[in-house]
Amino acid sequence: MLAEIGHFALILTLLVAIAQSVLPMLGAIRGDAALMAFGRSAASLQALLIAISFGSLMTLFGQADFSVKLVANHSALSQPLPYRLAATWGNHEGSMLLWVLVLSVYGAGIAKFGDNLRATLQARILSIQAMISVAFLAFALFTSNPFERLFPVPLDGAELNPLLQDPGLVFHPPLLYLGYVGFSVTFSFAVAALLEGRADPAWARWMRPWVLAAWIPLTIGITLGSFWAYYELGWGGWWFWDPVENASFMPWLIGTALLHSAIVTEKRGSLAGWTILLAIMAFSLSLIGTFLVRSGILTSVHAFAVDPERGVFILAMIIGATGTALAMFAARAPMLKSGALFGSVSRESGLTMNNLLLMALTAVVFLGTFYPVIMEAVSPANKISVGPPYYNLVFVPLATPLLLLVTIGPMLAWKRDDLATLGRKLLVPTAIVAALLAALVLAFGWQQVVAALGLALGAWLVLGAVLVLVRRWWGAGGFSLRLVRTTPAATIGLVLAHAGLGFTTAGIASMTSFAAEKILVMRPGETAVAGPVSVKMLGAEEVDGANYRALRARFTVAQNGREGLLISERRLYTVSGNQTTEAGIGVSLLGNQYVAIGDVQQDARGQGLVVRIYWHPLVGWIWFGGLLMAMGGCASLADRRFRIGAPQLRSPLAPTLVPAE
Amino acid sequence: MKRLLFILPILVFAGLAAFLGFGLTQDPKELPSQLIDRPLPEFALPGIVEGGPGLASASFRGEPRLLNVWASWCAACPQEHPVLERIAKEGFPVYGIAWKDKPEDSRAFLARYGDPYSGMGSDFPGRTAIDLGVTGAPETFVVDKKGRVRFKQIGPISPEIWEQQIKPLMQQLRAEA
Repeated sequence: MLAEIGHFALILTLLVAIAQSVLPMLGAIRGDAALMAFGRSAASLQALLIAISFGSLMTLFGQADFSVKLVANHSALSQPLPYRLAATWGNHEGSMLLWVLVLSVYGAGIAKFGDNLRATLQARILSIQAMISVAFLAFALFTSNPFERLFPVPLDGAELNPLLQDPGLVFHPPLLYLGYVGFSVTFSFAVAALLEGRADPAWARWMRPWVLAAWIPLTIGITLGSFWAYYELGWGGWWFWDPVENASFMPWLIGTALLHSAIVTEKRGSLAGWTILLAIMAFSLSLIGTFLVRSGILTSVHAFAVDPERGVFILAMIIGATGTALAMFAARAPMLKSGALFGSVSRESGLTMNNLLLMALTAVVFLGTFYPVIMEAVSPANKISVGPPYYNLVFVPLATPLLLLVTIGPMLAWKRDDLATLGRKLLVPTAIVAALLAALVLAFGWQQVVAALGLALGAWLVLGAVLVLVRRWWGAGGFSLRLVRTTPAATIGLVLAHAGLGFTTAGIASMTSFAAEKILVMRPGETAVAGPVSVKMLGAEEVDGANYRALRARFTVAQNGREGLLISERRLYTVSGNQTTEAGIGVSLLGNQYVAIGDVQQDARGQGLVVRIYWHPLVGWIWFGGLLMAMGGCASLADRRFRIGAPQLRSPLAPTLVPAE
Repeated sequence: MKRLLFILPILVFAGLAAFLGFGLTQDPKELPSQLIDRPLPEFALPGIVEGGPGLASASFRGEPRLLNVWASWCAACPQEHPVLERIAKEGFPVYGIAWKDKPEDSRAFLARYGDPYSGMGSDFPGRTAIDLGVTGAPETFVVDKKGRVRFKQIGPISPEIWEQQIKPLMQQLRAEA
């Protein structure tokens, strides 16, 4: 019964979305307030209906109702309840439903919080939002219906891949979806602006909170994903440049560019065309990345066209959305009024550089991800995959100037600045960082000069962020508490985000150069050393878990005279027969000790356990930096100016009817 | 001139869409292999453990075996891995070639996911893979008692492919004289 309610609610949502995609747009064209108001109610109704549908599916998973095919295929009785619930979105069909849920929640958000928006703009945005909904709902209903029944009903289900039985999975996909789908809002803003032929500072100010609303969860999602890969997937890698990761990284890069470009449009009225283009691209990349990857098309060159029906649908959707938007961009964007001009040395030109570099980085990732597909089309005999060496070679040289620019940008004045003034401002940070660099080279020696440069770059970013506050707080009359109190939240956001980037950079540099590893066969009582870490194996035993059996080994880990206990497990999940490793990780500010066990193996001295020991210096900084960036986004979102709205003419109240007497 | 810049994005996108559309029409299963019914090319590869046993083409005699070309960097290999473990459990020998993969990465992968392989060779330079006509990872060759390639699976072996195609073939090859 519940499955039918969910299915029915899904069909109703589609009908509401169809109406919402036409009527408010018509209202905006005709100036009909009633039709525009319909858009707002429809958006809320849509969110309610899809929430019922999603709730039904989640309940079905909770009740372990194996008469529903999806539940039977992706959960099992032995699975703990939270993971059974998370299994709702741990598969293609369920994740599609989550996608439309998030989409309509954002739609309802525009309806609810969009009071200060121009009414026609809001109506158009809601219509475009609904068009996207229609496409996805039709996709879910016609090609991937989550409520399909199964007969005969199995006694137990086939469980979710145990690799995915992890708190990481519970939060990771929903966060990414909040990000991807959030860019649908900015996409709708961009298309609506093209339709109205107006992209002014007020438009950019309305859009910016929505950019942040997408960017923040995406940042947290990527950070969590990287952390999850680190401690669950194995040998301590934190980023693999695999297509799934790239799919989330590309919208993030473009989203970051959009965030900065929208500032220019908001403050100076320029770069409107750029802002629109980036908004279209951010969502398109979310679509292209996610769906080509999730549909299995890119996981391997070979998996291409596994499911042609879905593939064609997805491609049609991408062409429909992106193609239409870009065609409108080509036709309408040249007519947009361009804002104030700016000099070649100015905050605007700095932000333009930032945009260009971020675009180039996105192109690099895009090419790496899609090269196999493109090569396959050009010459079918040459199937290839692209690996990390390509990214290291191309990404790093492009990212370095961008990171240097991050500290310089906020020092520039709007409109026009000159190099001499900039040079004076740069004197202090350059001197400090140069001294630090010299010290680092002395400490580590010339062969580690790359690591020293990376760490110095991190320091440059953190220092640059702190200097923004220093310049703000020490006015012409010296330090003043009033200046501290009146610091806008957006400035705090800038400082946190840029400093976060610095921590991430330092973490990456240190991990790339100083990580140490050792793989060997150990027996209880033996000791091994990797880098500064010394590990002694205490013993190993068999234990039973909820739905797995495990081999558990205990170790003492010593470093710089301090000792700790680490436990590593190797689990066998009884239903699916899958094996996973739970590593023992000793966390500290300066780095992680990581011990993981493998199979029982025979070597020259008899039977023992394969043990992998790693020392990962500053690895935690990578994720700390990511979270700091997200916090910066939150601070920026809290800025007062987004709530008071742009100054605008309120439409006059409808004239009261006076009886004609 | 400026107008042209605004048209550029849609042109780039149109090109990309054309590629993706074309890619969608390609059937990955239709890759011909030159090796079918010919002997396995000769190779002698080092192992992934220093000083440990390697893998040579000469050992593919007397019993039908599977030769799986994989890599730790390959995204589809973890998906295929449980199937390989099942195949090994069912008593069919699976041999592996770690393709363009650093031995320590291969070892880490096997330590992480388990090791179903009866033997493993490391082809870090990728030369043997060229001789085998490997186009991507994973790929699996079915080699008969006389060391001839009888079937080539491109892409991961799914449980269905194993049940319906490869297992019957292996049983048939075992029965052959």
